[in-house]
Amino acid sequence: MLAFLLHRLLYVTPVAIGVTVVCFLLVHLTPGDPLTAILPADATLELQEQMKAAYGFDKPLPVQYALWFWKVLHGDLGHSIATGRPVLTEVMRAVKNTLILATVATAIGFTFGTLFGFVAGYFRDSWLDKLASFVSVLGVSVPHYWLGMVLVIIFSAQLGWLPPTGAGPDGSGDWRPDAAHLRYLILPAITMSVIPMGVIARTVRALVGDILSQDFVEALRAKGMSEFGVFRHVVTNAAPTALAVMGLQLGYLLGGSILIETVFSWPGSGFLLNAAIFQRDLPLLQGTILVLAMFFVALNLAVDVLQTALDPRIKRG
Amino acid sequence: MSSLSPAGAPLVETKNLTVDFVGTGKPVRAVAGVDLTLAPGEVVALLGESGSGKSVTLRALMRLLPEKRAKIGGSIRVDGRDVTALSRRELSAFRGSTVAMIFQEPGLAFDPVYRVGDQIAEAVVRHERVSRAAGRARALALFERVRIPSPEQRLDNYPHEMSGGMRQRAMIALALACRPKVLLADEPTTALDATVQIQILLLLRELQRELGLAVIFVTHDIGVATEVADRIAVMYAGRIVESGACRDVIRAPAHPYTRGLLASRADHVFTKGTRLETIPGAPPDLTALPPGCAFAPRCAQARPACNAGVPEERTASPHHVARCLLLPAPAEDGACHRADATAAA
Repeated sequence: MLAFLLHRLLYVTPVAIGVTVVCFLLVHLTPGDPLTAILPADATLELQEQMKAAYGFDKPLPVQYALWFWKVLHGDLGHSIATGRPVLTEVMRAVKNTLILATVATAIGFTFGTLFGFVAGYFRDSWLDKLASFVSVLGVSVPHYWLGMVLVIIFSAQLGWLPPTGAGPDGSGDWRPDAAHLRYLILPAITMSVIPMGVIARTVRALVGDILSQDFVEALRAKGMSEFGVFRHVVTNAAPTALAVMGLQLGYLLGGSILIETVFSWPGSGFLLNAAIFQRDLPLLQGTILVLAMFFVALNLAVDVLQTALDPRIKRG
Repeated sequence: MSSLSPAGAPLVETKNLTVDFVGTGKPVRAVAGVDLTLAPGEVVALLGESGSGKSVTLRALMRLLPEKRAKIGGSIRVDGRDVTALSRRELSAFRGSTVAMIFQEPGLAFDPVYRVGDQIAEAVVRHERVSRAAGRARALALFERVRIPSPEQRLDNYPHEMSGGMRQRAMIALALACRPKVLLADEPTTALDATVQIQILLLLRELQRELGLAVIFVTHDIGVATEVADRIAVMYAGRIVESGACRDVIRAPAHPYTRGLLASRADHVFTKGTRLETIPGAPPDLTALPPGCAFAPRCAQARPACNAGVPEERTASPHHVARCLLLPAPAEDGACHRADATAAA
């Protein structure tokens, strides 16, 4: 197992380095000079050169990358242009909030998604299947920012049960696990859970159908297993794939939550990314993307390892 | 090779068994009236080509076919019970304990994500309400019985960690786990290579004798059938067209289809350039079976009367019957029917 872990880590390293290259180049691919965002429009040529030297933009690209990479390795992602605070602090705070939201949303989505998927797959073509499939197709198709707004209108504006925006009553942007903060989490989490729920339900339904058509299911019945016993085997067989999909969905939610976080003003990474883009805060943008990408890589690694633990056939590849 | 059932009640008895697959399109009649009897301790080989209905017949005996798509007609009695009338609960108690099945592809018949030993223990726990440890102990004893080397370690193997031959041994161990009276073997050696085939056949034969098992052995291989069977029943287009003691059927086949099968065996061709004999034509469309003998369109000796109706069984030699008009018509009713009852078909 240890050898396998090291093996997988070795595989991940080039991917991680590739990610840093892309993040670094991002700044240089954006139209115009990265400095034009900071410098006033009427800055003198001399000042421009000075700034270039100060930020290291006068050196050749590979050297710039090496210097930047060295700093990244030491946890220095630079400073935000807008606030002047270290990018790493800003990003980690936002990532923490997003992580909470995404984890809760994925947990809700996974619970209901697998439930719907197993029921639909097992009772294929029954009305239960049709109902579960309808709900999951709805989950995939409905624009979630729209769903978010609808939920806010119903539960905040009309009924007044739940707060519409923010992460907590104090507005500090730090979510804490207590009852007051929990109320703020409910609406965005439900809105966000609809996507993974739909995707997981569809995947699990297809998976269950596939497993049920395999020979071993007939063999299980032939040895006299009850339907519940057969179902247990089906669940065990479906688990690795369902978990893989869940992991990918979690990764997707970690980065792809811009719309929902903006609708609910949830102080997460998507919200931060949105702000960074509109304020042309390039170090912040770069840092956020880098951290999110690294999360994705780590998540895939974790899913890989978990799958191996669950399915004996994927071994020490 | 005692070939005939004793006077006692048969262990398996089907009468006019039919299986129709319904769904989209025309219903397919996979089994078109099979009368089959199996005495305790007897081995019957169901011989036939792909699509002749032999595997479907086998599955019908356990009601393993999907109930919505496969409609079973006629009667099935196994060990004195009416299988068609069993409730869902009774059926799962019946499967594996009274009747067990060995599958063609041992690589696919085990759940890939459970240890083989646990899958055997699971069946024992289910049927005999014993602890898991007792189930494991039974599995170990069975592994020794089917001669799997280093059985203790092998119990913890996953199916993909075993070779094909070993998996089939494990499959046999699983089938025998709850001491069934009837063993249904669905081409258990087809997926194995030739040397392993022989070992598995010998093992099956040995276990059958020691445990006094009644076995229905489905195969398309005449060589395999003669190796294991007391009696051979040849199936064509969902019917048993000939049945009798193994020796009689092989030495003096009565039905032209059986003769064709025997003639087309590859081991008759020794010299290069000798043409392999084949049966002309193709098996009939099961959605529209001919009104008469299903083999008539391919039969060189067919005559108009063959298409008039499905031929009744006629006696070729004692306890050896075939559904063919080429055989002499029964002179006295009584003599013929007694043969039917015992030799079946």
